[in-house]
Amino acid sequence: MTMTMGTVDESQRTLYPYVTGSSVVAIKFKDGILMAADMGGSYGSTLRYKNIERLKPIGKHSLLGASGEISDFQEILRYLDELILYDNMWDDGNSLGPKEVHNYLTRVMYNRRNKFNPLWNSLILGGVKNGQKYLGTVNMIGINYEDNHVATGLGNHLARPILREEWHEDLTFEEGVKLLEKCMRVLLYRDRSAVNKIQISKITEEGATVFPPFSLKTYWEFAAFKNPTAGAEGSW
Amino acid sequence: MTKQHANWSPYDNNGGSCVAIAGADYCVIAADMRMSTGYNILTRDYSKISQLADKCVMASSGFQADVKALQKQLSARHLIYQHQHNKQMSCPAMAQLLSNTLYYKRFFPYYAFNVLGGLDNEGKGCVFTYDAVGSYERVGYSSQGSGSTLITPFLDNQLKSPSPLLLPAQDAVTPLAEAEAINLVKTVFASATERDIYTGDKLEVVILNASGIRREYMDLRRD
Amino acid sequence: MFRNQYDTDVTTWSPAGRLFQVEYAMEAVKQGSAAIGLRSKTHVVLACVNKTNSELASHQKKIFKVDEHIGVAIAGLTADGRVLSRYMRSECINYSYTYESPLPVGRLVVQLADKAQVCTQRSWKRPYGVGLLVAGLDESGAHLYYNCPSGNYFEYQAFAIGSRSQAAKTYLERRFDNFNSSSREELIKDALIATRESLQGEKLRSSVCTIAVIGVGEPFHILDQETVQKLIDEFEIVKEDDVPPAEPQPEGEQDAAADQGAGADQGGGDAAASEGAAPMDI
Repeated sequence: MTMTMGTVDESQRTLYPYVTGSSVVAIKFKDGILMAADMGGSYGSTLRYKNIERLKPIGKHSLLGASGEISDFQEILRYLDELILYDNMWDDGNSLGPKEVHNYLTRVMYNRRNKFNPLWNSLILGGVKNGQKYLGTVNMIGINYEDNHVATGLGNHLARPILREEWHEDLTFEEGVKLLEKCMRVLLYRDRSAVNKIQISKITEEGATVFPPFSLKTYWEFAAFKNPTAGAEGSW
Repeated sequence: MTKQHANWSPYDNNGGSCVAIAGADYCVIAADMRMSTGYNILTRDYSKISQLADKCVMASSGFQADVKALQKQLSARHLIYQHQHNKQMSCPAMAQLLSNTLYYKRFFPYYAFNVLGGLDNEGKGCVFTYDAVGSYERVGYSSQGSGSTLITPFLDNQLKSPSPLLLPAQDAVTPLAEAEAINLVKTVFASATERDIYTGDKLEVVILNASGIRREYMDLRRD
Repeated sequence: MFRNQYDTDVTTWSPAGRLFQVEYAMEAVKQGSAAIGLRSKTHVVLACVNKTNSELASHQKKIFKVDEHIGVAIAGLTADGRVLSRYMRSECINYSYTYESPLPVGRLVVQLADKAQVCTQRSWKRPYGVGLLVAGLDESGAHLYYNCPSGNYFEYQAFAIGSRSQAAKTYLERRFDNFNSSSREELIKDALIATRESLQGEKLRSSVCTIAVIGVGEPFHILDQETVQKLIDEFEIVKEDDVPPAEPQPEGEQDAAADQGAGADQGGGDAAASEGAAPMDI
């Protein structure tokens, strides 16, 4: 969506999203932050895009994940590119950490909602700087908080109960990935807009890595999956 | 295109309850730490209490993004005040500032329900209670937020504050001792948590008195 | 007859490639009472000399807190200094509103210098007549900067500006090698001695100087007068007879060094000498 700041008429505002990404799930682990998202982009209920990257490193210390309107997310990436470029240009040994970037995003999202012209996203920002882990989220009306594990969209319903059960402070990288895969599998089964092409990303003191996409092993042979209407009496 | 989406709303209600009680030489301000939206709990560890000055603390519930903006606005204004006057703002002054700040957005209000507690210039406990657009009143105790319908009558019954209609005006501060007030606050939150789904997880209590500021925490039901 | 033709507005060049109005603004800094700054790895100490225009008046405030992590000491037109301090405060507040973290000192200094630079390139403006020693702490450590009306800025280990600052500078130049590893107390002591140097024989008392400190775990604050007096006594800095006589000054100018006063300068107000110096050469 192209948008201008200041007064805009209705046709220039996001009143509903066009292409959307589904949930992002993120956790703290022993050495930093892990994040997972699938690569689908839905046009309403149509699976329109199948290779959309929704996890992006921001500067040296941060990692951003987004669900919601893809175009708005890409606009946010442009804002952040500019922010980080400007920050680097000082070349003075100071740099914006995850806390600063999250706070900046919070102000951007809240400002846009104040203009009745929201950026239609839920964002997750994670990172590590000076040994300090950070994981926070902000949505399109500016609600923001930090936690040890966060999720957007349906992930709040389906993934966080699992995380509340199983997350602990000193998860190793392998355990963390396993836990995220468990969450993503549940989402894949139960979120109709989720697709089986998933990216996991890691950020530690050493920097961010987005791992190549992979798919989850699934098992569809459960009786309820094979014949979901069995037992539901009806004319068809 | 047929309408597929609910109209976008700039507001949400993230729930939560706040209580403040003023005593002769202390003030107790408390709020739970749950943040919700609809039937979702977003986080169980979010502080709704913000210290605005040495002897002035605000507890706020409602829409988190507005509450955060309000807290930041007041903190920035307090910094400017300190630069200009070389002292901390008094609680009654902050109370007026909060009212003005809320009223400034009268036609696109902060969806925030606040109680402000602290010590006045005489060292007496004071509590100010607000609506979202800035009308306020100094009282002896107050409760705001999602659990206030359960908490307020409880406090009314326990504290029996003198009617503000009495002439000459009677002092509104509660007769309780500090420890009793803290206990009462813990009890009302434990009770509110039983019935209000937006209140729970953890209670944060801030106590202000002549010796300074102190915080206490108590676990609440998490269901 | 020999009137300077090139100093009627800031934007006019002299054939020698100088901007006289800017240089005059730099002169204003030299006429203000002295301000001193010195820095270790973890702390920065600012000090200044308080002068009054009259026995009946109090002195003007010359050290300002900008934020928890930044403070300034000024010399020159105090009124301009206040305006710039207010600008710096509001920049700090805006930055921490957006990022919830303190504004890096070096960046504020550049913004400040850019603001001063604009005044050297607009015919309808006047350069700020104030020099600022900016002390601060950020993730890259402790910093001390000097900002001048020309729009230039420099980072220093130790520096002094204002009237008779040369004596203080001489002292600092002799000692600065050790400053990086100095303790907070040693820095304050050196600040006091450097201040005494610039007093030129007048007795160092807490009433004629202000000291401020910023450091790791210590937000910027101005020391109160009793503390300063105690430190002066403790260090036994005041030995009136020991005070080395600095450059001789014409009698009349001794007292006239209050800010904005037509005043004494370290070189005894030799217009010829200072006219030769380019604005950056202080």
